[in-house]
Amino acid sequence: MLVRLRPVAFILVLLVIWQIAISSHPGQLLPGPWQTLRGIGDLLQHGLLLKYVVASLFRVTWGFLLAAAIAIPLGLTIGWYSRAEMAFNPLVQIFRPISPLAWIPIAILWFGVGDLSAIFLIFVGCFFSLLLTAMSAVHNIPDVYINVGRNFGLSTPAFIYRVLYPAVAPQLIVGLRITLGIAWLVVVAAEMIAVNSGLGFLIVDARNAGNRYDLVVAGMVVIGLIGLLLDLAMRSLEQVKSFRWGFPEN
Amino acid sequence: MDHVRKIFERDGNSISVLEDISLDVRNGEFICLVGPSGCGKSTLLNVMGGFLSPTSGSVAIDGETVQGPDPRRILVFQERGVFPWLTVEGNIGFGLSKLSDAERKQRIAHYVQLVRLQGFEHSYPSDLSGGMKQRLQVARALAVNPDILYLDEPFGALDSVTRFIMRGELLRIWQTERRTIIFVTHDIDEAVQLADRVVVLSSRPAKIQDVLTIDIEHPRNLSSPRYLELRDQLAQKIGLAFSA
Repeated sequence: MLVRLRPVAFILVLLVIWQIAISSHPGQLLPGPWQTLRGIGDLLQHGLLLKYVVASLFRVTWGFLLAAAIAIPLGLTIGWYSRAEMAFNPLVQIFRPISPLAWIPIAILWFGVGDLSAIFLIFVGCFFSLLLTAMSAVHNIPDVYINVGRNFGLSTPAFIYRVLYPAVAPQLIVGLRITLGIAWLVVVAAEMIAVNSGLGFLIVDARNAGNRYDLVVAGMVVIGLIGLLLDLAMRSLEQVKSFRWGFPEN
Repeated sequence: MDHVRKIFERDGNSISVLEDISLDVRNGEFICLVGPSGCGKSTLLNVMGGFLSPTSGSVAIDGETVQGPDPRRILVFQERGVFPWLTVEGNIGFGLSKLSDAERKQRIAHYVQLVRLQGFEHSYPSDLSGGMKQRLQVARALAVNPDILYLDEPFGALDSVTRFIMRGELLRIWQTERRTIIFVTHDIDEAVQLADRVVVLSSRPAKIQDVLTIDIEHPRNLSSPRYLELRDQLAQKIGLAFSA
């Protein structure tokens, strides 16, 4: 129990140091923790915080799920057929290093300013990462599992459901977890430009409309906390019994 | 009656791995394939199982040519053969999805007992020892009622004590279930202890160098003069195989 509290205690110490540093240098460089907390309180009072969090999560959910729904089956198929992989791999490698933010002008051109643009940017950010995960996950299936599946005379759908899917599931979960992190990074950036709600918008808006840096930092803290919760949620999937074989004991 | 016969070479980079191998196996017979490592024993087993097709020649079982893998002949692998995402029950029931629930449960229970994994029905393979995993693999194979069991060095990754116990277990299972077994090994004792006939393969490209009939009743006394004699004979033949 005490060990679990250690990170919390450490954060508290840092907060105290932050507060002390701010009080001894009363400039405008950064709001202190107390101001930030009051900022969060302000946002809560006006009902903005919940509204913006919901807006951001809504976009992430759609962009992320769409990407997963398309990239995972596609990646598994490409990975399964080595010829398809040879054809697609260079293309994927070219697209992958392009930051999703580079797509912002095109997103606005295609979808205008609004939710669709933001969702599209998240989709692009998640798509290539998930595609690669799925491709390499198929690659890494030991031949033995495939041969056993063939040996027991499974039909193709049964093979996919009973051998292919369980064999790749642990790797897909890791990929999904990392990608959800990417989605959460992208949504903030997308909201700064393409929409007028959400946590990213909150940060830009707080600065533009009167230099409310307490709200800026409040937004950052909320983004960090929600990111942490999303990661914990994905991590808990790794504990599912039939997936756990794919992860090191902890 | 099983009638297995094949004549073929296999091209990887046009390397001949198996050359003109012909063999008849009787129904219910226990055959051991021995030979120097890398000689193509596993390739031969994969061809018999239908996982690889021969370059020329053919494998026929009960007069029917082998075209591909089939649940009537199950291959048991050296390791990692069990599915880590399924429990012991799930693994044994893997090939039984066409049965009714009641029948499947009964079949699973029967084979759990046969390979002595009672109490582990709901365990995952990561909680089992190497020997238990191999017994599980054998149980999963037997559960679909195959005519032939191919075992590819099934005890190769186990320690010597476990191997010894596993041989006894396999014999016991073979005597209760009476399947045709083709067993690949490079262990001389394993071959003499288990087989009705030992097929000695030469080094690559593998040819059948000799077939040794082990004419001792089970249970075999591992220090009887006849056992030791056959064991020495086999050792000599394998020694020849190495130098050939």
